Amino acid sequence: MVELNVKDKSKNPIGGKIKSALFNNIVPILFIIICSLGFKFSGLPAAYVVNELVARLARNSFVVLALIIPVIAGMGMNFAIVLGAMAGQIAVVAVTHWGIVGVPGLLLIMVLTTPLAIIFGYMTGKLLNKTKGQEMVTSLMLGFFANGLYQLLFLFLIGTIIPMNNPVLVLSGGIGIKNTIDLAGTIKYAMDNMIKWNMFKTMAYGGAFTALCMFAYTGYKTVIEKNKIRLNSKPVITGIIFILISVMGFMSMGKKSPFVIVQVPVGTFVFITALCLFTTFIVKTKLGQQFRTVGQSMHIAEVSGINVNKIRLIAIVISTVLAGWGQIIFLQNLGTLNTYGSHEQVGMFAVASILIGGASVTKASIWHAIIGTLLFHTLFVVSPYAGKNLLGNAMVGEYFRVFVAYGVIGVSLGLHAWKNLVKKKK
Amino acid sequence: MNHGTILEMRNIEKDYFGNKVLKGVNLTVKPGEIHALLGENGAGKSTLMNILFGMPVIHTTGGFNGEVTFNGSPVALKSPREAMDIGIGMVHQEFMLIPGFTVTENIKLNREITKHNAVSRVLGDSMKSLNMTQMEKDARKALDTLGIGIDEWAKVAGLPVGYMQFVEIAREIDKQNIKLLVFDEPTAVLTESEADTLLQAMKKIADSGIAILFITHRLDEVMSVADNITILRDGELVAALKKEETNVTQLAELMVGRKIEKMAQRDHDLGDDSNIVLKIRNLEVEMPGEEVKGIDLDIRKGEIIGLGGLAGQGKIGIANGIMGLYPATGEVELSGRQIELNNPKASLTNGLAFVSEDRRGVGLLLDSSIELNIVITAMQMKEMFLKKLAFFEQADAKHIREHALKMIEDLDIRCRGPQQLTRRLSGGNQQKVCIARALTLSPNVLFVSEPTRGIDIGAKKLVLDLLVKLNKEMGMTIIMTSSELGELRSICDRIAIITEGKVEGILSPDDSDANFGLMMAGEYKKVHGKEAV
Amino acid sequence: MQEKLKLVINKIGIPRAIIISFLILLFVGAFYYDLSIQMLLSDTLVRLGMNGVLVLAMVPSILSGTGLNFGLPLGVICGIIGGLISIEMDLEGFTAISVAMLISVPLSVITGYFYGLLLNKVKGSEMTVATYVGFSVASLMCIGWLFLPFRSPELVFAIAGSGLRQTITLSGRFDKILDQFLAFDVAGVTIPTGSLLFLGLCCFIIGLFLKSRLGIAMKAVGENERFAVASGLSVDRGRIIGTVVSTVLGGIGIIVYAQSYGFFQLYQAPLMMAFPAVAAILIGGASTKNAKISHVLLGTLMFQTLLIVALPVANKMVPEGNLSEVARVIVSYGFILYALTQAGGGE
Repeated sequence: MVELNVKDKSKNPIGGKIKSALFNNIVPILFIIICSLGFKFSGLPAAYVVNELVARLARNSFVVLALIIPVIAGMGMNFAIVLGAMAGQIAVVAVTHWGIVGVPGLLLIMVLTTPLAIIFGYMTGKLLNKTKGQEMVTSLMLGFFANGLYQLLFLFLIGTIIPMNNPVLVLSGGIGIKNTIDLAGTIKYAMDNMIKWNMFKTMAYGGAFTALCMFAYTGYKTVIEKNKIRLNSKPVITGIIFILISVMGFMSMGKKSPFVIVQVPVGTFVFITALCLFTTFIVKTKLGQQFRTVGQSMHIAEVSGINVNKIRLIAIVISTVLAGWGQIIFLQNLGTLNTYGSHEQVGMFAVASILIGGASVTKASIWHAIIGTLLFHTLFVVSPYAGKNLLGNAMVGEYFRVFVAYGVIGVSLGLHAWKNLVKKKK
Repeated sequence: MNHGTILEMRNIEKDYFGNKVLKGVNLTVKPGEIHALLGENGAGKSTLMNILFGMPVIHTTGGFNGEVTFNGSPVALKSPREAMDIGIGMVHQEFMLIPGFTVTENIKLNREITKHNAVSRVLGDSMKSLNMTQMEKDARKALDTLGIGIDEWAKVAGLPVGYMQFVEIAREIDKQNIKLLVFDEPTAVLTESEADTLLQAMKKIADSGIAILFITHRLDEVMSVADNITILRDGELVAALKKEETNVTQLAELMVGRKIEKMAQRDHDLGDDSNIVLKIRNLEVEMPGEEVKGIDLDIRKGEIIGLGGLAGQGKIGIANGIMGLYPATGEVELSGRQIELNNPKASLTNGLAFVSEDRRGVGLLLDSSIELNIVITAMQMKEMFLKKLAFFEQADAKHIREHALKMIEDLDIRCRGPQQLTRRLSGGNQQKVCIARALTLSPNVLFVSEPTRGIDIGAKKLVLDLLVKLNKEMGMTIIMTSSELGELRSICDRIAIITEGKVEGILSPDDSDANFGLMMAGEYKKVHGKEAV
Repeated sequence: MQEKLKLVINKIGIPRAIIISFLILLFVGAFYYDLSIQMLLSDTLVRLGMNGVLVLAMVPSILSGTGLNFGLPLGVICGIIGGLISIEMDLEGFTAISVAMLISVPLSVITGYFYGLLLNKVKGSEMTVATYVGFSVASLMCIGWLFLPFRSPELVFAIAGSGLRQTITLSGRFDKILDQFLAFDVAGVTIPTGSLLFLGLCCFIIGLFLKSRLGIAMKAVGENERFAVASGLSVDRGRIIGTVVSTVLGGIGIIVYAQSYGFFQLYQAPLMMAFPAVAAILIGGASTKNAKISHVLLGTLMFQTLLIVALPVANKMVPEGNLSEVARVIVSYGFILYALTQAGGGE
């Protein structure tokens, strides 16, 4: 019925605390080990891997973050974020067609994506409200189904029902959008290149700024709102950590180091941070409390006067819109739109990422999303090389990482179902 | 205004599809009093409460007749929400608490105190932040009113069951305008000391001017806290008494009343304990909501024994436990042979059969034919109705059809043929199919639970007659569990009353109402204890 | 008239009514574009025999209460392994296909048993878990195919000398062996007698099984678990039996499929194998709780006809792109979604 919060129950001494912390985070720990081994055997230079990871974190984490709210609202992993990605891609095609480039193009795409994603999300939510208890398999199948409609739109309706005279985008026969669309002249790096610093500069300024915010926040809470101190130790500690990061950044700035090649798309990260703050904020509002209530027990929520279906609908709409924006970030970084493929794996990869980060079907946080994205993509970067070095076959790594994605989802869903069953039997 | 009444329900009548469940009931509650509402299951208490709360079930079945006056003005409540808004609160029997939330969050569930922030000014109220500090203060105040020392920031998940009840109550009294609070059997899940604390808390609440409507069957609790008592029976108002004017025995008698229609003429031959067919010793069954906590009972060969008692007291659990459907411990001996517990197969193959109280949930394969329903258990457990064909044991269609037709004729099952799906049958005929399946096992002892639940009156008599016929003509021992005391008294030889998971006592059908009432309320031993010894 | 139409639609269900009207439209289109109806019919019959057994595999899993068997790739992999071993043994003709099936059965039984144990641990979420179990096992097998110790040059990559090929040709082994067995022509339509007979045989055996003591027990478990317990039946056992039978049929089904198709497809191919089978039985009128053999036959026939006829008609209409593939995707997942909304749990 309802997920208990295991962490808060343990009042045992420190040894027990460490044990339960290990146990609760077994999945990320396991993947840290796998990733380190993979990194070792891949023989790749650390700076290269870090640079890749920074780029991939910027590219992918937004979509992963889009999964959090439906989990809080008790709807499990929203595989239907694929629909959000489609909304984004439809907007990309449209704006590319109109020939609006650069930051204005990017903004227009986002503006255009939003109503589309809201409509898609609304329909997804309606459907999921009809299949309570089977949300995940439904959202998965919905992803496949929507893909069919998407193909119908781009392969057959363009050029027949929807007139589009654009030899760059449309296939030579005049019907259907081309397989790949080059975004190089349009929105490629539109967000990434707004501000781009190297790693040390980012550490120095970013760290300092974050620390400043943390202290300001603490000050505000203590002085203006007169909160108890026990609530405020966390931001202070975080602030101190970020000061250290900042200092490290300043000290390394002039020095020679292989890590200088690591470029950080600061603008994108600011955008991602804004989403993190938004997610944190929304959980603490009235709406967030309603998400949590519905997520814990639909029945009790209904009895206490919450419109359960509406709340679930809102959760899915938010998730779909965020996924749409996330896909745009993804595409502007990648620079090419694979019309019929870019969105397909979005749901699966995002879900696998957040699960690897330690989330479960009933519990997900920002940290799960960020850490999971890092680990999953480390695996992406290193596994083909590791596979080649270890077994003489690059395909092994390729297959291994697909297996990991499916496997981690399967195990996580299975464990969740099993826990529910045990609880029901009690 | 306040010296008058807070709630007045006058001449309340309600019928469900022509079946009158409330026949002109009056109920008057004054501010600050504790008013007990007594009655057996099916007396009409819950219907009356559903009307008070404006539950949808009332409106979808044609509304009700009568007047409800709350706080001096007539009201017509359309939904529980409206009831809440005018100040009627309910402490549910099942907890409406979210384990993962803190006590405060539960108390303030969907009534959170919020404050504006930059975003909410633009996007509307649902973006307001929660004012946790203020919420915790309010929760603390409500808990203090009850005199309970729970931490308001603790998670509900870790609390003992007894405390959860208090969180529920705290939520109700935290509502600013609360004027009437309904407690629906609040002490059912509590230990004795917790129940005492609860009764103290109820008095405190009442002293603060909130009226309490107390639904219970524990007569001693009524006597200790109630100011006034209203008793319902069969949808009628039997009595409205002041506590000072009455005593436990009188309440028990009023609650049960005499309502026997002799359904089947039979002489009650009580026999003696010389011929025991089923011996039950120290049986405990973990059936949620119907827990059995140690029962000793001897069933005599060829008798119909009734198991009676109020809902939730454990009578239902006995048959379910012996048949292996819920975890059970203890000893059950059939004609001298030990029956393995927790193994339905062992019970079925050893000559026990069971007609479940949950006809549609447990008793039938609703989307299968009548004939399959009749033979399936015998086929699976006793390998009847089979023929060998190649490497499969094939169902013997001809044999099955013959048997089904015979059963349909013998038990007079009204249907369009043995292949009709049981879903399409009426309740009474479905029940007969269940009995037919049990009979196909040719059992020594037949358990029948709530055989007439959800069946119309004409069919009720047919089912009961059938049981008597089986008993008389085939000499079958029948253990019948029923919530309807009248029904038990009309066909049983002996009636065991089950209270709090134990046998309170065994009565003859002709015993007095007061004795039945006292036993069902668990007061029999207290009142008669001295004489009995 | 309108009343009658409503009644008919109610009886066959709106989604099926849509499919039927769509089919009629397609046939009209086929006439219009002057396509060879005989060819289309022949193809449809071949496809019926080709896919029927895989679709039949859904019946035991639905009836035993584990729902649509999205874990079908497990059985498919067992079947493929059986087929590969028979080629490795250098067998040909009926011996080859029989040995392939015989080897696949014990593999499927073992796999199905453990898979059933797993499904019993996740009651209520079988379909979600099964989908991902199917996916993960299929993707794990991708690594497996690279390293399994097969030697036959027909199976192994020629250049690397190890690792199985993406597609394995069956010509000279058991390509079309059932399709062509006793095949004859009626008015220009070729009847693939062997395949249809084999499908009929499978249906007959499953029919017998469902009327046997074991099968009745399994159905009782699937229809009402609490009833089954009260009748002394083991719920877990019934569900495992259903899963095992379904997996075995999956294994045999892929071999029949392969003989007709002419190839075994390895690596990612088994991944999505369950969905067309699921869609077919749903189109035939089954739900997540109830399925009959008639649903299998009707569903496969309708679904495959749709695909067969849609392809040339669509190609005539829109010469570029693969419209019929898009139609397949929309129809199959549309039906799966519809079945999920009917399964209840909602309002």
